[in-house]
Amino acid sequence: MNLNESDTEINEVIKAYPPERQNSLPIMQDLQKKFGYIPRNAFKKIGLYLSCSEAHLYSMATFYKALSLVPQGKHVIRLCDGTTCHIKGSVQLRDEITRLLGIRDGETTSDRLFSLQLVNCIGTCAIAPAILIDETYYGKLTPADLPAILNRYRKLEEEREREHEEENGMENGEKNEKEEKS
Amino acid sequence: MTRTILVCCGTGCRANGGMDVSLALTAAVDAAAADANVCCVTETGCSGLCELGPLVRIMPDDIMYYRVRPSDAHDIIQKTVLESEPIERLLFKDSSGNHVLHQADNPFYGHQKKIALRNVGIIDSRSIDEYIAHGGYSALARALEMTSDEIIREVEESGIRGRGGAGFPTGRKWRSAAVLESSPKYVICNGDEGDPGAFMDGSIMDGDPHSVLEGMMIGALAIGAEEGFLYIRDEYIQAVKSMKKAIRAAEKRGLLGESILGTNRKLYFSVVRGGGAFVCGESTALMSSIEGNVGEPRAKYIHSVEKGLWGCPTVINNVETWANIPVIINGGGKKFAEIGTKDSTGTKVFALVGKVKYTGLVEVPMGITLRKLIFEIGGGIPNNRKFKAVQTGGPSGGCIPASLLDIPVDFDTLKEYGTMMGSGGMIVMDDHSCMVEFARYYVNFLCGESCGKCTPCREGLRHMRSILTNICNGYGREGDIELLEMIGSTMIDCSLCALGSSAPNPVLTTIRYFREEYEAHIREHRCPAGVCKALTAFSVNHAVCKGCMACTAVCPTRAIVQLNGGFPIITKSCNGCGSCRDVCRFNAIEAVKGGRV
Ligand code: SF4
Ligand code: SF4
Ligand code: FES
Repeated sequence: MNLNESDTEINEVIKAYPPERQNSLPIMQDLQKKFGYIPRNAFKKIGLYLSCSEAHLYSMATFYKALSLVPQGKHVIRLCDGTTCHIKGSVQLRDEITRLLGIRDGETTSDRLFSLQLVNCIGTCAIAPAILIDETYYGKLTPADLPAILNRYRKLEEEREREHEEENGMENGEKNEKEEKS
Repeated sequence: MTRTILVCCGTGCRANGGMDVSLALTAAVDAAAADANVCCVTETGCSGLCELGPLVRIMPDDIMYYRVRPSDAHDIIQKTVLESEPIERLLFKDSSGNHVLHQADNPFYGHQKKIALRNVGIIDSRSIDEYIAHGGYSALARALEMTSDEIIREVEESGIRGRGGAGFPTGRKWRSAAVLESSPKYVICNGDEGDPGAFMDGSIMDGDPHSVLEGMMIGALAIGAEEGFLYIRDEYIQAVKSMKKAIRAAEKRGLLGESILGTNRKLYFSVVRGGGAFVCGESTALMSSIEGNVGEPRAKYIHSVEKGLWGCPTVINNVETWANIPVIINGGGKKFAEIGTKDSTGTKVFALVGKVKYTGLVEVPMGITLRKLIFEIGGGIPNNRKFKAVQTGGPSGGCIPASLLDIPVDFDTLKEYGTMMGSGGMIVMDDHSCMVEFARYYVNFLCGESCGKCTPCREGLRHMRSILTNICNGYGREGDIELLEMIGSTMIDCSLCALGSSAPNPVLTTIRYFREEYEAHIREHRCPAGVCKALTAFSVNHAVCKGCMACTAVCPTRAIVQLNGGFPIITKSCNGCGSCRDVCRFNAIEAVKGGRV
């Protein structure tokens, strides 16, 4: 993940909203979505744009669970520990994820692929225990189901990387060709 | 004959692969198109019986299929659509083993009465046309011809009380906002639904967004508001999308915007995504959050109807309440009041979940007994285990024991027994649930959610948590129960907002109905339900064990090994999770006193 989010990228998100204070939460949610956290230098910019103090924005960023001050992994695993999931075994799932990925609630794997968040209910109690990875729900899980699910994301990532490399390779190749021609 | 295939794509069925089923069916329809009777596939919102999803229903024959796989698509088109022949393996089997063809003949659906959910699972939620074809927006048209007073009178006559929690009369709320002269005024839909174990609001917004909008539009007309907000929790990805789309569609049709249906009334709605804070379900906190502040509640010396959003008169109702409004306007308040009980009119949507056979979304007339709800609609407790308690009202509610199964479910009766209706989560527990651990769970949950502004809530919760944790870990002491009761009653009396004043409910009701379970933990260091790990060990009763080895498959620590005789034993690496006990169909795995303490 790119940790030096450019000013233009941040500004783009901010300027998508009119400069009214009521937009502070949606702006931060969009930043969260785009970067996986609220970059430090964003606070000043939002504050100037909405004419509110940075402290105010910080207090929001720490109050709302949806916002984070530290970068999140590529795939956010929201493990439901709502009542239903709890009595149907979410704790076992949590332990298993910790065993498999070595991360606890609120942590991110060192390769920044996964983050784990314990949340209160993802609205699929009827198929509890459930988790939500990015925008996909998985229900009626047992610890034994988890390795396969997580591997799916690992594979996806590997493929994407390979494609990326190939693309880059091609671009370079094309460039070289062009250069040769000229 | 034109047939429609309704594929449930509510979050439950989606997670079970509903989208793939929908794709497969569409492909099968296309493949058969040449000779098929005209037939289309519609993706609907949650049809209720999530447990047996993905669900597929063929209309107008009303044949309902359960647990459909993409590979069933071909058969469904060939047999059912083309040859009008039901496929037995996909039908519901009732308790006597008969196949059930129609939805209404399934006991899960048979006892329900759908008002708020009238369209959910029947129409394509993405299509405003379908909503209109099912009678949608006719109530709005009617309301436009009524005076504010007439609209409010219908709502008052209906007797409807807020479906979000405390059950405040909706008509009275509207009336007090309508009489105020000041402007602007606002309407808000509370779609935050923070109660864990409840998902009805999300399902309504996802499955029938226009009914919510229509209700809000009518409310706005009644009180004279020109702007409305829908505060929806961020985890409800589907609901957010669906509501945004519905607003755009309504704008295009001239139902929202500069002029409602050509009249000179203006109305603008927008969606605000929640930030993931439970306390924002509290109306003052929610409004503070919409204004772009930290979502902290304030004391309610002044009602939000008078000084709500940006200090202006504001009516805030929850999703289900709004969805009921069009029905009240169309059918009249009187007719609505005939449903339910005298003081709790209409129906209530419940999320029937936990240790119950048919989990899902149900809407029933108020006044139905818990027994009917759990045993007839919900099919009872899985694996023939014993019903222990049902928890209603989320973290603000309480537990009701088996001895009270015959009480009617309505606002006042539930309150009388120490719990509440809340937003409608109904979590069923069997004898494998520990009530002390359960109370600890809620208190721990609320500890993380308390905004910390007032002392009774902030400190009271922490203190209760440490006492309860100690009891679960085997370090409970004499006097703990009394201390919990004392802290609880202080919190009820002195907390600033509803979060703190209702937080002790799960603790107090479990003490009230399951005191002996607390005592067993404290005095005998025993967890009767076999849940508290520090007090529990598991052993196999070889007299009952059939040696099927189902338990080995689920053990995350591979602590179950096969004995020479083909029977399992549990080794030292057992971490006490209890998965093996849950899967054993013969009750051969028993919880015994043991564990760390
Ligand atoms: S699941 Fe039950 S019956 Fe089957 S082997 Fe395990 S203990 Fe025995
Ligand atoms: S309680 Fe859990 S860890 Fe222990 S044997 Fe059973 S499944 Fe395995
Ligand atoms: S409690 Fe887990 S999805 Fe609702």
